[in-house]
Amino acid sequence: MSAFWLTLLTPVIGAVVLAWIPRLQVSSWLNVGFCALEFLASVVMAYQIKQQGVYITPGFQIDAFNIYLIMLTAFVGLTTAIFSRPYMQDVCEQGRLTRSRMRLYHAMYQAFLFTMLLALSSDNLGILWVAVEGATLATVLLVSLYRTPESIEAAWKYFILCGVGIALALFGTVLVYFAAQHALPDPEQGLNWHTLFEHAQALNPTVMSIAFVFLLVGYGTKVGLVPMHFWLPDAHSEGPTPVSAVLSGLLLNVALYAVVRFKMLVDGALAGADTPDMAGHLMMGFGLLSFSIAVLSLQRQKDIKRLFSYSSIEHMGLMTFAFGMGGSLATFAGLLHMLVHSLTKSAIFVTVGHASHIANTQRIEHIRGLIRTQPGVGWGLLLGVAAIAGFPPFGLFSSEFLILSATIQSWPWLTLLLLTGLGIAFAGLFRNVHPMVYGTAPDGQAAVSANMLPVVLHLLLVLWLGLAIPAFLSGWLNDVTVLISGKGL
Amino acid sequence: MADFLSVSGWLLVFLQGLLFLVGAPLMVGWIRLIKSRLQNRRGPGITQPLRDLYKLFGKEVLVAHSASIVFRTAPYIVLASTLVAVSIVPLLSANLPSAMAADMIVLVGFLALGRFFLALAGMDVGSSFGGMGSSREMLVSALAEPAMLMAVFTLAMSAHSTNLSSVVEFNLGSGLILRPSFLFALLGLVLVAIAETGRIPIDNPATHLELTMIHEAMILEYSGRHLAMMEWAAQLKLMLYGVLIANLFFPWGIATELSVMSLATGLLAVVGKLLVLGILVAVAETVLAKMRLFKVPQYLNLAFLLTLLGLFSHVILESGT
Amino acid sequence: MMLAHLPLLEQGIFVLAALVLFTSFALLAQTRLTAAIHSFAWQGIMVALVTVLVAMVSHIHHLYLSALLTFSLKSLLIPWMLHRLVRRLNMEREVEMISHPAILLLTGAVLVIFSYWIALPIERLGLGNTRNIVAISLSVVLLGLWMMVSRRQVIAQVLGFMSMENGLFLAAVASTKGMPLVVELGVAFDVLVAAVLFGIFFFHISESIESLDVDRLNRLSEREEIS
Repeated sequence: MSAFWLTLLTPVIGAVVLAWIPRLQVSSWLNVGFCALEFLASVVMAYQIKQQGVYITPGFQIDAFNIYLIMLTAFVGLTTAIFSRPYMQDVCEQGRLTRSRMRLYHAMYQAFLFTMLLALSSDNLGILWVAVEGATLATVLLVSLYRTPESIEAAWKYFILCGVGIALALFGTVLVYFAAQHALPDPEQGLNWHTLFEHAQALNPTVMSIAFVFLLVGYGTKVGLVPMHFWLPDAHSEGPTPVSAVLSGLLLNVALYAVVRFKMLVDGALAGADTPDMAGHLMMGFGLLSFSIAVLSLQRQKDIKRLFSYSSIEHMGLMTFAFGMGGSLATFAGLLHMLVHSLTKSAIFVTVGHASHIANTQRIEHIRGLIRTQPGVGWGLLLGVAAIAGFPPFGLFSSEFLILSATIQSWPWLTLLLLTGLGIAFAGLFRNVHPMVYGTAPDGQAAVSANMLPVVLHLLLVLWLGLAIPAFLSGWLNDVTVLISGKGL
Repeated sequence: MADFLSVSGWLLVFLQGLLFLVGAPLMVGWIRLIKSRLQNRRGPGITQPLRDLYKLFGKEVLVAHSASIVFRTAPYIVLASTLVAVSIVPLLSANLPSAMAADMIVLVGFLALGRFFLALAGMDVGSSFGGMGSSREMLVSALAEPAMLMAVFTLAMSAHSTNLSSVVEFNLGSGLILRPSFLFALLGLVLVAIAETGRIPIDNPATHLELTMIHEAMILEYSGRHLAMMEWAAQLKLMLYGVLIANLFFPWGIATELSVMSLATGLLAVVGKLLVLGILVAVAETVLAKMRLFKVPQYLNLAFLLTLLGLFSHVILESGT
Repeated sequence: MMLAHLPLLEQGIFVLAALVLFTSFALLAQTRLTAAIHSFAWQGIMVALVTVLVAMVSHIHHLYLSALLTFSLKSLLIPWMLHRLVRRLNMEREVEMISHPAILLLTGAVLVIFSYWIALPIERLGLGNTRNIVAISLSVVLLGLWMMVSRRQVIAQVLGFMSMENGLFLAAVASTKGMPLVVELGVAFDVLVAAVLFGIFFFHISESIESLDVDRLNRLSEREEIS
């Protein structure tokens, strides 16, 4: 299917091309162009998948689960590229970056998109690992782009912690391959996900449960699950704003996607064993822990980007919890949450970038009066935070409501914990955002040239999804739910 | 298995004791010869240590006023305990009544007994050299003994017995098998042997500088036949460790029955192995420099680590079905 | 199968695996940087030899290629890059102060026992002839992790990371007779890129904080500042 190859190969070509072009204007427009091409190709691919179901080619498979994530990745990549064009130009003019580093930035941006698309579309579990590690490597230099001591420290922490986590995930992958050697009719196919999924019952439960622990800890490091989350606030706050947006919005999703794929295998393998729900319970445990710790850590943040990074951890914890619970309602809710969270979080980071540009600082206590200085940014921040906190009628409200409904059905007491956490997070976020938006602006604070189009687009989408999920989308998500949990809504 | 009460068996033990007594000074002489050749000297003959011992036995014994009975009796105890220890180690034959009666832990115990009295004797006269030597010796042995026991246990776990003749017979019977646990135990035991026998890089056997003395410091006050007995005991210890390493890890050639033919083969085999070991010791002593004393614990930690890894390798890699 | 019944080549595999574990310990307590880089190179050589032996025993020929790749990457290229870096940063004679090497080594021993305990259910299944090399390779991985946690020099941390990769490669080779070649190439490429990035990072770190001691990377902290 040529649309698939176009989607996959465009970023590679883009990375190579953008590494060579010295002029900033040309390369930033080219960046947008490549991203637009990827997005269009992914839309075509989505349409084709809708017609024919699953597309399997050696090494790659596209089914309902990853096509929706591929489209989401391409879309957010495009909007962030549109935002980054004037923003990075401003940064360059301020003198914080040189020409050669801008070339690196654009090339790595495309390379990063490539690794994410490769991870999402790969059928081979080993290639999935290679791509996720590749995504880490592509962004490591981006986090330290400004070359301040703090950003170098953040990038080093990111590199080391994620590298360690990923190594453990590779060990889990090796164990899965090992189990496959003894269960599959053709051991050479032992790393192909769809073959493994077909023969999941034959995989040895002991080996698979040990493997899943390693995989959850390993890929969970990249999802930002507590206690492996220490790199996340630093890495997301020290890099340039477009990088924070794609890291928060996209990479966390890809890691969670990997975890859920493996959960599907392990559930099949453990179906007849003593503890058939081990994988789900582990995910629920880590998810709840991440949710609680993030919610509490939110309260003491002084840097605006760190505040929203902890919010990312909170939501990823919630999603992990939902996928761990299993069942059709929770899975549907988790998928919807992935979608709206990506859109909202990237919009928030874009707005935060503008806000810190206006106030010239990232510290919350020094950012004031945004709505007076530049109403677009002020309103964007306010609405974005409302969305991420789960205000109706935004989409996050629907997904959180569905998660809570699913929790009440199977684990009533945990609902109390979740509700309390959501309330505390809400309080923490608004406590900080309210003075930022409405306080007295310091003298001399001026508006900046800000392209709020991506933010508006994202927030409108989230609003639309909150008010009325269109039929094709809910049908699509339902297909994925059937794939993951075995039954639909 | 030879009968415990068989006369031939005990004659063999007696013969082995004599061989050790004569062989130990010869082995030390061989090592010194190789070292001198490596240093481009002609060196003394291989029988020089024997001649030295003979000379010392004829000399007058001078004992300090402040010496107690421990000082006078320690040489005898040290020599006697070392002699009993060597009779436990299979030299010519694996079926040795004394070896079957006592095991590796008894061996370590007898060596500890000797070392204890040696340290007491060093402190007895009250000179500072002696006290310093004794405390250093205790440091080295406190760290080396766990490593040695760990090596011993690794071997015992494979052979399912701590008895030395059982271990030798087990190794002989299994043929050439590459066991990681044995490799680590061998390396660890070599390091421990160097420490316990006071060779470079732990202690210099030819030194008379107080900064570097351990063993020399403890026997500094002795003269005449007392000194002869202490030196002989040290040489016996060196040959004991050599025979232990040679016959436990490379047991081929050792006699399994009490016939003249097999005993002769056993003698030739062990002499060959000891000659090779002597060359290796001499080369190591020439190439390496003596370590500073506070690095010795690191060295012995390495030995302990090696033997611990040997034990781990056995449990993880070799046991189980 | 008892160890005694296996052919000599397979016994060699276990000896080499045990030696890889030993080099992990050697890396852990090695304070001199050049000696540590040499220990890492030896570890790479041992792992490559294990791959060759497995290839000879199981007649899987692409493993020879993997062995060559591991050898050239882990024993030649990466140590060479690290040596060059050490020379350019003038750190050849630098010795890192480890307060208690004995504690490091004993914790390493505890980690070996822990990984044996984790791998025990797998070994009990009796699937194939792995003889618990899974436990040894998990130990190597955990020892690399421990090295990264306990050492303060960034080059030591990088060596810990690379030795984790060695342990993973050993696990793949010995228990599953090697992953498909495509995956191995991808992993090797990732390792190479990671090594290059580490090199770039050293310069940035040493320029910004003028030392390569990780304890100095401490600006990002959530503790209240005393103002």
